Order: sequence, then structure tokens, then C-alpha cells
Amino acid sequence: MYSYWKNNQLKIAPWIFLAPGILMFSLYVIFPIFQSINLSFYQWDGLGEKTYIGAENYIELLDDEYFIVSLKNNVIWLVLYLLAVPAGLFAALFLNQTVRGIRIYKSIFFFPFVISQVVVGLVFSWFYDPSNGLLNIILEFFGFDTIAILAEEDYVTYGIIAAGLWPQTAYCMILYLTGLNSVDPEQIEAGRIDNARGWRMLWYVILPQLKPATFIAVVVTIIGALRSFDLIDIMTGGGPWGSSRVLAYYMYEKAFSEYGFRMGYGAAIAVVLLLIMMVYIATILYRLYRDEKGG
Amino acid sequence: MFPTPIERTKPSTQLLYKIALPISIIIWLLPLLAVALTSIRSGADINSGNYWGMPTSINFIENYTAVFTDSPLGYYILNSFKITIPTVIGAIVLSSLTGFALGVYRFKLNLFVFFMFVAGNFIPFQILMVPVRDLSLSLGLYNSVWGLVVFHIAFQTGFCTFFMRNFIRALPYELIEAARVEGVSEFKIFWYIVVPLMRPAMAALSVLIFTFIWNDYFWAIVLTQGAEAMPVTAGLNSLNGQWVYNQHLVSAGSIIAALPPVLMFFLMQKHFIAGLTLGAVK
Repeated sequence: MYSYWKNNQLKIAPWIFLAPGILMFSLYVIFPIFQSINLSFYQWDGLGEKTYIGAENYIELLDDEYFIVSLKNNVIWLVLYLLAVPAGLFAALFLNQTVRGIRIYKSIFFFPFVISQVVVGLVFSWFYDPSNGLLNIILEFFGFDTIAILAEEDYVTYGIIAAGLWPQTAYCMILYLTGLNSVDPEQIEAGRIDNARGWRMLWYVILPQLKPATFIAVVVTIIGALRSFDLIDIMTGGGPWGSSRVLAYYMYEKAFSEYGFRMGYGAAIAVVLLLIMMVYIATILYRLYRDEKGG
Repeated sequence: MFPTPIERTKPSTQLLYKIALPISIIIWLLPLLAVALTSIRSGADINSGNYWGMPTSINFIENYTAVFTDSPLGYYILNSFKITIPTVIGAIVLSSLTGFALGVYRFKLNLFVFFMFVAGNFIPFQILMVPVRDLSLSLGLYNSVWGLVVFHIAFQTGFCTFFMRNFIRALPYELIEAARVEGVSEFKIFWYIVVPLMRPAMAALSVLIFTFIWNDYFWAIVLTQGAEAMPVTAGLNSLNGQWVYNQHLVSAGSIIAALPPVLMFFLMQKHFIAGLTLGAVK
């Protein structure tokens, strides 16, 4: 027994180290994915019998106008949320100096990312408040009409995204600040000699060197956009009239709230969301694979 | 350095920059400053709609104690700690093991297992929601602090494994080989050689996971019901529903709820940023 261990230690040891992690991760993450996919072909209220209904949940989705609204909002989130990447870059460029106290400024700029989205959501719903909110006070001061952003179907999603951009920009800023630290000073000097300044320098010399930071910033922003849930729940609860829902929120509503307990239908929405996410997950894995094989 | 260091610019630009800094920070934090200001107002100010004028009195101590005496927020915060701290410890222990296995050994399924952890980490929560809730119910962990802890440990293991594995890959492999030649067992190599070297990675992950879990809201509302096991994020939201006319108190509650991760960030900033940038943007 002992000699077997001695001879095969290198083969067995990794699996002993992996066992607890794989067990937990499979139980709570891997299996549930397949359970959900399976569930999406059933009708189930969460308590009684499950009934197999084939692809009916998916067929129903095609005709569900709220599903379409949620999907459309997901696209808006995805596109606008990416503004956090250039915004973060400019914040980083602005703060990449060595004046006194700059460290404190950087930390404070980063603040919004550290606090909970629940707090961000509350803060911004007060900020947008039609009667006492700061936004409308400012609008009134400049002579504009007040607007109740979170009560207007046409504005509500943009209002929530703006709240989300606040922490996300801070995140991207930190990524870029770290990236800027490692930009090669010799290349900058060489650029200066070649008379590259300002925008041209940024575009041709700096940005290419910031590629790793940009990649991470884009990835975490896309994932964040597709995961958006907290802010919507806190700020509007999907309203008014479901106009600010996204897939993640609609799924939760269908499966768990007073509107539903339609677990199978909810699972089908989650599968659609997973499929969208898979595009990005596959990209990430592909890049990882390439790096592994290359390095 | 890019952009041009401000010391090398014209004095007028330098002055402009020094003025722009504090102004930009105030604008950036304006929504938060507004909440801080509201949190020290009196109830009378709130009722009369005096949100932005001079506060008639500064009720800092009254409001912040009222949050603890008149609401279960203190209890929610305690729950948050009870959930967050074991999760941090559990996720770090598990991912040290998996990260070591994937970082040090070469075996056929290595990359497959690694990719499984990475991919699992990015999936939408909703695909897990129904099965995880059912699992928690059948294990008797639904609506308990431990139900949240066990789930969070499992899920965070994905990200932590990614981080730990990459960190271990960057360590000098000769150390491990030398120990093997000496006949040191794999477990002793892990415990006496690798674990001490992993401390920076553990520190980075601790701060990061602490913040993630402290701020978690989705799983808090999926896996708990009522006040019993509710952490401060979900608690704050339900408080906001109950205290519609006490915005000053909800504001104070928000500030309190935001404080632990903010403090954590300030105290461990270097580790926090190392963790966030995945160590990749060196």
C-alpha cells in the first residue's frame, strides 16, 4: 500500500488536492447548469409534479413581448455599459500624475466600485427623485423642466445604466491606472522625438501597450452588463410596466415572484441568457488556451 | 510617463490641474455626498422637504444610533459578517488546494479542469438559481447563514482557483523539484514550501472575496426569507421599503452598510488592486 503511494504519488496527489474543490463546484455550479437546461423542457410550479412539455417554453418565449423587451434592454445595457471602458481610460489618464495627495484622489475615485450595488441603487434613486432629487434641483436651477427618470418608460433603462456606469467606470479606471504604470517610458520618449503628441501618442504608442488592460476591462464590463440585476431590483423592480427588465431580472420574476413560480419557463429564459454569455465565455477560454499553448 | 507629467507643463496648466482635481472629485461623488448630508438631517427637515438647504440641526449621533436601536440593521450586519468571513476562509482553503494541483502537476485533464473552473465563474447566476435553491432546501440549509456560506464558497472557488493557479505558475518551479529530489512528500511540499509563498495571493483574494460577498444581493434574496439569515444588502432594501418617510435613517443605514468594504479597501489597497487586476496587468 505504502509503496504504491510512493510510486504513484505524482499521479494521485493532484486528484486528492482537487477533490474537495471539484466536489463543491460540481454540486453547486456544474450540475445545476445541466439541471436548469433540463428543467427548461418542463412545466413546474416548484412544488408539484413536473410535466415534460418539450420545447414549448421556448416557443412561448418567441411570442412573449416582455421577453422581447427584456432582450432589447439587455442589448442596450451591453452597448452603453461599454462606455465605462473609455470613461475609465480618461479618468485614469487624468489621475496618472504624481502631484501631492494623488493617491488619496485615486482611492476616492475608486470608491463607487467598493460599495454595494444596493447602496448605489438607493443613492441614485434619491438622486433621480422627481420632487427632492439633486438631479431635478440642478435641472430646475438651469431652467429645465423636471423629469421623473425612473417613472418614464423611455428613460428608465438609461437612468439605471447611468447608475451602473458609476462603479463600472471606477473599475475600468483602476485597470488602466495599473496598466499605465507599466507603459514603457522609452517608447514614449521615442514617440516624443518623432513628434507624436496628445491623441496621436495615445492612439499609436500608449493604447497598444494597454491591450491587456483593455481586454480585461471589456470582459468584466460585458459580464457585468449581462449580470445586471441588483440595480434594477432596487431602483424600479423592473417597472414601470416591466419596461426596465432585463433577462436576468425577468427570469427571477417568472420563477420566484408573485407573478409566477413558473420554474420551467424561468429556466428557459436563463438558458437564453447563458447562450448569450457563452459567446464571451468561449472568447475568454480561447484566449486562455492560446496563451497556455504559446507560453 | 503618459500623459506628460504635470510638473513639466506651464504654470498655468499646473494651477488649472490642481483646481480641477478637487472639483472633479466632488462632482464624481456628488450622489454619495448628498446621501451623507441627508444622513445627518433631522426628521423635521425631511418632512418639510428641506433636503438641500442648511440642516436645521445636525443629528449625526441621533440618526446613526437610531438605525441600530429602531431597526434590525445591526443584526443584518452581524449576519453579513457571519456569511462573509467563513466564505473567505473556505474559498481560500479550497482554492489553495485546487490552485496547487493545477499549477504544479502536469496531467491530461489539467487544462480541462482549469477551464471548467474559469467558465463556471462567468455563467449567469440565474441558470443556477432554481437548482441551488432546491438543493439548499433539501439539505436543510435554506434561509440559514450556512446555506449562503456553502454556496458562496463553492462559487467563489472558480475565480479563486483561476487566481491561485496563475500565481503558483509564476513561482520558481525549481524549489518544488529540489524538494522532490530530497524525497519530500507532495503534502509536505504543499504545506511547507508552497503555502508560505502564496501569502500575497491569499491576501489579495481575501480582500476581494470579502467585498464581493459583503455586497452580494442576488443570492441573499434567493436563499433567505425574512430577517433570520438576511445580510445587510437585502436588509437595507427591505428597510427602505418600510421607512419611506425616514430617508435620513435609510441614508445613515446605507453609509453604515457601505463602510466595512470601504475600510477594507483603504487598509488593504495594494492587495485589493492586485486582486482586481488579476495580477495580469502588471
